[in-house]
Amino acid sequence: MTKTHVTTTINGDTVEYLCDPQETLLDVLRDRLGMTGSKEGCGTGDCGACTVTVDGEIVCSCLMLGAEAEGRTIGTIEGMAEGEMLHPLQRKFLDHAALQCGICTPGILVAARTLLERNPEPSETEVRYWLAGNLCRCTGYDKIVRAVMDAAEEMRGRNHAA
Amino acid sequence: MPLETDFPQGYEKRDFRVVGKRPVRPDGIDKVTGRARFGADTVAPGMLHGAILRSPHAHARIKSIDTAKAEALEGVKAVVTRDDFPIHDAVKEDRGLLDILVNCMAREKALYDGHAVAAVAATDKITARKALKLIEVEYEVLGHVIDEDLAMAPDAPILHDDLGYDYGKGKPSNVAGRTEIGHGDVDAGFAAADRVVERSFKTGAAHQGYIEPHACLANIGADGRGELWCCTQGHFMVRDTVTQLLGMDVSNLRVTASEIGGGFGGKTAVFIEPVAVALSRKAGKPVKIVMDRHEVFRATGPTASASLWVKVGAKADGTITAADALLKYQGGAFQGSPVDMGAMAAFACYNLENVRAVGYDIVTNRPKQAAYRAPGAPMAAFAVESVMTELADALGIDPIDFRLKNAARDHSKSSYGPTYNEIGLVETLEAAKATEHYNSPLGPNQGRGVACGFWFNFGGQTAVTLNVNLDGTAALSVGTPDIGGSRASMCAMAAEELGIDYDDIYAIIGDTASLGYNDVTDGSRATFASGLATIQAARQVKERMCARAARIWGIPEDAVKWEGGAAVPSGPNAGDHAPLSFRDIAKMAGETGGPIAGHHEISAEGAGPSFATHIVDAEIDRETGRIDVKRYTVVQDAGKAVHPAYVEGQFQGGAVQGIGWALNEEYIYSDKGVLENAGFLDYRVPVASDLPMIETVIVEKPNPGHPYGVRGVGETSIVPPMGAIANAVSAAAKVRATEIPMSPPRMLKLLRENESAAKAAE
Repeated sequence: MTKTHVTTTINGDTVEYLCDPQETLLDVLRDRLGMTGSKEGCGTGDCGACTVTVDGEIVCSCLMLGAEAEGRTIGTIEGMAEGEMLHPLQRKFLDHAALQCGICTPGILVAARTLLERNPEPSETEVRYWLAGNLCRCTGYDKIVRAVMDAAEEMRGRNHAA
Repeated sequence: MPLETDFPQGYEKRDFRVVGKRPVRPDGIDKVTGRARFGADTVAPGMLHGAILRSPHAHARIKSIDTAKAEALEGVKAVVTRDDFPIHDAVKEDRGLLDILVNCMAREKALYDGHAVAAVAATDKITARKALKLIEVEYEVLGHVIDEDLAMAPDAPILHDDLGYDYGKGKPSNVAGRTEIGHGDVDAGFAAADRVVERSFKTGAAHQGYIEPHACLANIGADGRGELWCCTQGHFMVRDTVTQLLGMDVSNLRVTASEIGGGFGGKTAVFIEPVAVALSRKAGKPVKIVMDRHEVFRATGPTASASLWVKVGAKADGTITAADALLKYQGGAFQGSPVDMGAMAAFACYNLENVRAVGYDIVTNRPKQAAYRAPGAPMAAFAVESVMTELADALGIDPIDFRLKNAARDHSKSSYGPTYNEIGLVETLEAAKATEHYNSPLGPNQGRGVACGFWFNFGGQTAVTLNVNLDGTAALSVGTPDIGGSRASMCAMAAEELGIDYDDIYAIIGDTASLGYNDVTDGSRATFASGLATIQAARQVKERMCARAARIWGIPEDAVKWEGGAAVPSGPNAGDHAPLSFRDIAKMAGETGGPIAGHHEISAEGAGPSFATHIVDAEIDRETGRIDVKRYTVVQDAGKAVHPAYVEGQFQGGAVQGIGWALNEEYIYSDKGVLENAGFLDYRVPVASDLPMIETVIVEKPNPGHPYGVRGVGETSIVPPMGAIANAVSAAAKVRATEIPMSPPRMLKLLRENESAAKAAE
């Protein structure tokens, strides 16, 4: 089958690839580009483990075709830390033990980052509803919610200071 | 100082320096940056993609399989069917292994919707999927049975012609086994009771619901040797099972456990691994198989569904005089439902003179069950704890006081036989009673429930190696895959024992060629047993370091002791020498006798059971039947919490899995026996917006069987939730809920029936 040529931006870098028209963006990220940080938990948009941002919106990358990434701006877990500097959310997840097995963690971090960009002071309920599309089977969400709220508080403090 | 210390190494009270703190886990950075490699995250040069064809029928004779068209498709490199899985001698002699083989690839019959029938390996995933559609299977559809009670009926369709003769009175039946535990005389006990409550219950089959589907990469060479990478709770188990099923020498397969994206017992079995190895062997190339979510639901092991009956009698003062239970668990298409453990766990929280629990292991046309967190116990506890609260209510006694009056205590005889050592059930009940939660007011349409739970905990075969590096750091290799942060606990225990910093230990999961055999990570055993072995390996390192110091100082070995993270001279003739630190000795290892390492191999005993008491407030919406969990508290004995944050995490995670099982999760079948909710949209696990914070209280009653007092904590937390929630819901709904999940349609029906009954009574 003829492959589609795609030029897109991933974590700030221009990326080109060829993909089959039926391949998902998740397939492309994982199988063609070796970016396995995004996980496939269901392939049907129910678990959120493959969450990425597309032009700033959170998307289940298993529900989008690789060919649809043409000209878009994609953000994945691999682009969340800046070099050795972890994002506050990443640090707070470690401090709060907000992960056990860690398979859902990349998707939750990407989704939570988008929440805090839009709402720097979310309530517990707002965090819970924002993350309702990201399944975690290990933690019962308690420590995840606390880590997100703690990161939000730290980021607010930093923004005030600046 | 002896070089080897005998186990069991008993508990010694001590002040901890590292244990009990909350350091960042060693695999943490990898897991928050996407760098950690899970089952599906690896590739091999020239790799093929495998895919599995599955039966669309619940029960069917497989008359023929024609793979010619699939084999002819460009890009297809191998196809395997039952013909590629001959029954080797090791399998012939072992019914358990034979069942695993038949489950991995159907033979004469497909036994459930989703049963593997054939598999292909092709150059890409799309071709592999296309090839599956070209395989022609001729089925003769047979009658099927899904429900445990119906499967026991005399006219039920029979799954196996060679099973269940005892129950079938000389003919095959679907009852694979019977178990009975207990002591005393229950009839006499009930005769002495002032009040008796008996009820029947049903529980649905829940899936472990780990977010990572099963995945593996097999790479077998032309010499028959190879490697297997997979997500599993036990790579030694995978190695031994796969090699036996496929007639390979055990040493010819090296298995590496990837990072594991959840297991909860569901990854203590093999499903795709033997198929990938067979495909790789046939194709002569690496083969990767990754299940999709539908396959996970249809073809891996959920837990058993159950039909239960419980009867408990008590004196007016609350003293239980007798307890009796009949448990029927269906574990899918093969024998081995966890009804034996259900029967043993049913009344384990109670100190009873007269007790009996009888269990039946039943086969049905469903996927082969796999362990799910405290396998068998939650369903039994749901029924027992429901009856306990109903009895307490009938006697007008507070449910915690009722349980305290009858609770299993230190050195009491358990319902399942052994006598307990020191246990913490009473402490959890007392702590629960003292919580602010238990003493807080309830809102309208709300009810409060409590329940207790028990899990045996397990030790098992364990081997670890601790290698000292030249800079004074150490590499710890353990053989129990880390599902929830156990490497952090291992590092803490090694650092504690060696007197060095937590950050100076790096823990990994060693592959099957690098360590002695390790049982799977199950039975809440990893932190207990690998921890025990780690402590012992660290003690060996210290002894060896003392020997090096003795050599450097030119004094006898017994004139050196380890103190404050350093070797120091000890005794009247030792002389005056400056202490040699861990780092000093590590640096000089090369000149003083070579590498320094400690290792320990053990079949660990003394795991020490863990008990819990849960409190839950639930609210019912009388219009929709929906239940909301408003508040939840877990009180559990951890013995000693090595890393309290991950102990709390186990408490919270188990409780929420229990909430899902209690309120939503179940396998739903069509009248053709086809699973209708094989995805996360329709099999709904709890999401963040369904839940409150899960409050935790860690009770620490030291386990006498561990040097630091540690008990396993992973499984007990899923035992009480269903009973606690049922008690809360029944209080809120003012009618006893006896079937789980207590989903909105089921609750609405219960409410309507109760209203009609009340009207009829007027």
